[in-house]
Amino acid sequence: MSRELFTFKGGVHPPEHKSESNTRPVHAAPLPRKLVIPLRQHIGNPAKPVVEVGERVLKGQLIGTADGYISAAVHASSSGIVRAIGPAVVPHASGLPDECITIETDGSDEWIAHAPLDYRAMEPSDLRMRLRDLGLAGLGGAVFPSAVKLDPGAHHHCPTLILNGGECEPWITCDDVLMRLHADDILQGVAVMRHLLGSTEILVGIEDNKPEAIAAIQAAAQQMDFAVEVVAVPAIYPAGGAKQMVETLTGKQVPSGKLSTDIGIQVFNVGTAYALARAVHHGEPLISRLVTVTGHVLRPQNFEVLIGTPMQVLIDLAGDRDGTTGVLMGGPMMGMPMPDLEVPVVKATNCILVQSKELFPPLPRALPCIRCARCADVCPAELQPQELFRFAQADDFGRAQEYHLFDCIECGCCSYVCPSHIPLVDFYRYAKSEIWAREKEKRAADLARERHEFRLFRLEREKKEKADKLAAKAQAKRAELAAAPKAEGAAESEADAKKALIAAALARAQAKKAEVTPRNVDHLPPDKQHEIEEIEARRAKIREMARQPLETEEKKS
Amino acid sequence: MPAPFILDRTSVTQVMAWVLAALLPGIAVYVWVFGPGILVTLSLATVTALVAEAAMLKARGYPAKPFLTDLSAIVTAWLLALSLPSLAPWWLIVTGTLFAIVVAKHLYGGLGQNIFNPAMVGYAVLIVSFPVQMTQWAGPLSLSDASLTLAQSASVIFGGDVPRATLDAVTMATPLDALRTGLLQQLTVDEILVQPIFGHYGGIGFEWLAGAFLFGGLVLWALRIISWQVPLAFLAGIWLAAGFLHFFDAGRFGAPWFHLFAPSVMLGAFFIATDPVSGATTPRGKLIFGFGAGLLTIIIRTWGGYPDGVAFAILLMNVCVPLIDQYTQPRVYGEAKKSKAPPA
Repeated sequence: MSRELFTFKGGVHPPEHKSESNTRPVHAAPLPRKLVIPLRQHIGNPAKPVVEVGERVLKGQLIGTADGYISAAVHASSSGIVRAIGPAVVPHASGLPDECITIETDGSDEWIAHAPLDYRAMEPSDLRMRLRDLGLAGLGGAVFPSAVKLDPGAHHHCPTLILNGGECEPWITCDDVLMRLHADDILQGVAVMRHLLGSTEILVGIEDNKPEAIAAIQAAAQQMDFAVEVVAVPAIYPAGGAKQMVETLTGKQVPSGKLSTDIGIQVFNVGTAYALARAVHHGEPLISRLVTVTGHVLRPQNFEVLIGTPMQVLIDLAGDRDGTTGVLMGGPMMGMPMPDLEVPVVKATNCILVQSKELFPPLPRALPCIRCARCADVCPAELQPQELFRFAQADDFGRAQEYHLFDCIECGCCSYVCPSHIPLVDFYRYAKSEIWAREKEKRAADLARERHEFRLFRLEREKKEKADKLAAKAQAKRAELAAAPKAEGAAESEADAKKALIAAALARAQAKKAEVTPRNVDHLPPDKQHEIEEIEARRAKIREMARQPLETEEKKS
Repeated sequence: MPAPFILDRTSVTQVMAWVLAALLPGIAVYVWVFGPGILVTLSLATVTALVAEAAMLKARGYPAKPFLTDLSAIVTAWLLALSLPSLAPWWLIVTGTLFAIVVAKHLYGGLGQNIFNPAMVGYAVLIVSFPVQMTQWAGPLSLSDASLTLAQSASVIFGGDVPRATLDAVTMATPLDALRTGLLQQLTVDEILVQPIFGHYGGIGFEWLAGAFLFGGLVLWALRIISWQVPLAFLAGIWLAAGFLHFFDAGRFGAPWFHLFAPSVMLGAFFIATDPVSGATTPRGKLIFGFGAGLLTIIIRTWGGYPDGVAFAILLMNVCVPLIDQYTQPRVYGEAKKSKAPPA
């Protein structure tokens, strides 16, 4: 624990509200009657359904297969009958429906045959494909397909592996509880990661407001056959952000626009490590996770929840209360409001935070920016949020990008401290989405323009070819007519004069070309000279071949 | 509604309230040293500012309540009032305040949009237009035989019938005026400093006032209402420029401590130059902004046409802010290869 820690710039200290939910035991949520499993739960291509409506599926059965490299499979979280494959409301702020597979559970919870993987004996790429097919994706929030992150790529190894147990968002305790309960499994998952990435340094960063979790991981680390350094990092939001965790533990900053792997560091959430251990040692796909249900409920706590369970089921379990004003997925700093409580728990669902007027008073009216730059003081990306706001407000997206808009991690620190209560992050999201939209439009416009230009070119060419053909025909006819009755001498001498002129011009051009031939090939040994001559000859031949069609065309005219 | 769903407690109103609170020690010392006249000035400026703010908000179609209660108009009024001579006539106070709120603030777009510090615009307009009235400073009570009660002060300010002799007995040249006048009469600094108005560092009483503003400013810094860059750079600019000139010719240029403890410097450094709206926002920009203002203050005091230069120095630096901010953008996370880790 004597590691030298570094501090990232900025950050805030919102009230933690962790003890509400992490002091109660973890319960498995009961099997719901209906599971709604979105095909798009991860970053990348959505999974492709491989079951039919009416088909009976078993627990852990593959129902959506990964589509492409950056994708992950989805599985039935319990046994039952597939009732629908089609759009349903998913946990997304937009409230728009997305493709889902709805399963009516049969209550038997019957597992499909599954077996542990002998990961050490497997070819790494096979193992990664297997993990992709087991639906592994990052459970820290971004849900990036884990198989991709476990590919060390061109570097062949990733020296430093960081396990992120930061969990800096207020209210959320699922990682804390997971570390307390399943420290061994988490480190088993780390062993697999280490195996795939070839990492030599294993760091576990945990915020120092989770002493029990730190102790549990430390105890488990003693049992491992490789060194694991457990580091308590200062509790400050967003210490659990991947880039911030990297800087806190190593003092290195992930270069702008690059990945941490570019500096030899890979970061995984503790939940992902646990899911990986379940996958490798039990052959289980990712079909459940720990979810914190907290806020305005009677019994805030963590549940072991099957993916696809409607959120309302969990809120009822924790004790629904009057005066609920809304429900967030995630924490209060970066979470998103749920359009509907029938939306399912997905791989990204770490917390269901029930709001009330008392816990989350309505945000006061926004006043104009007074340029106090408190936002700049707390920005962990070290941006100038007040300037970005100005540019976003003025739709000056070029300037916004110059001021590194895309380095914004949308952590919400700026909005949190803004004395004018301006929803700054919203402005940045707006600017980003506008820029993306415009780039897309521009690409589409460029493509259209290219197509149009090519069409014009093609029409022009066709016209010319047609004219050439006609001209050739006409000339042939004229020559035919001329050849028959006329004396041949005059015509021939005319043609000879022309030919002589052309020959002289060609000779001049050749001479000029010879003059400008590079001189650094003079005085070469004969073998080299020979080689060059051969090459030249080949080139000349190719040139000749290339010229031929052109000449035939010229002859025609 | 977008994330985040929680807010820090701080609001614009609170920031402004702290600024006002931090001015209170200065105001208390002001009353103790120069008599209660300042209270009349402050009240008149406050009322004028609030009326002007309400009228402008109405004219511009903005809701009155959130903007009137943000206290920013009162901060402007107090800063202007504390910069004016303590016995300035009422119409001078009203004119300056109106100009600050109506023109410098609202005609530029209201809260957050003004390029220039409104209080300093009000001050500049007054000193350019009414230089004579801008010299009606009450002298320190300890130096004068007569003193004015609150009622008498009000009477003077509102143009009541106060005997000329009484007025002459209480008004006095400020230390900066005295220095300027003395230098114009070809006296050396040492000869000027024997006058009773001068104390240890600045003027008698004035240095206490400067100390009180310094204290209030440090409180604002401790509360993180203001950052350290602007005041420190401002004071450093003054100290270095004045020190350089003083070292070069001590007979013709006042000592750096003297310049620092003229009350307008401390007020300017901690309360006026730190105005976020019209000041630079980047850390390095704040240093440049403050230092430039300090330097210009001494230049204007020494070679300019007015005894004090804080207001003009800050206004001139206000003009430079967009340029300063643009060229002092700090490095963002991960931008350069600079690493805090020791080389392995």
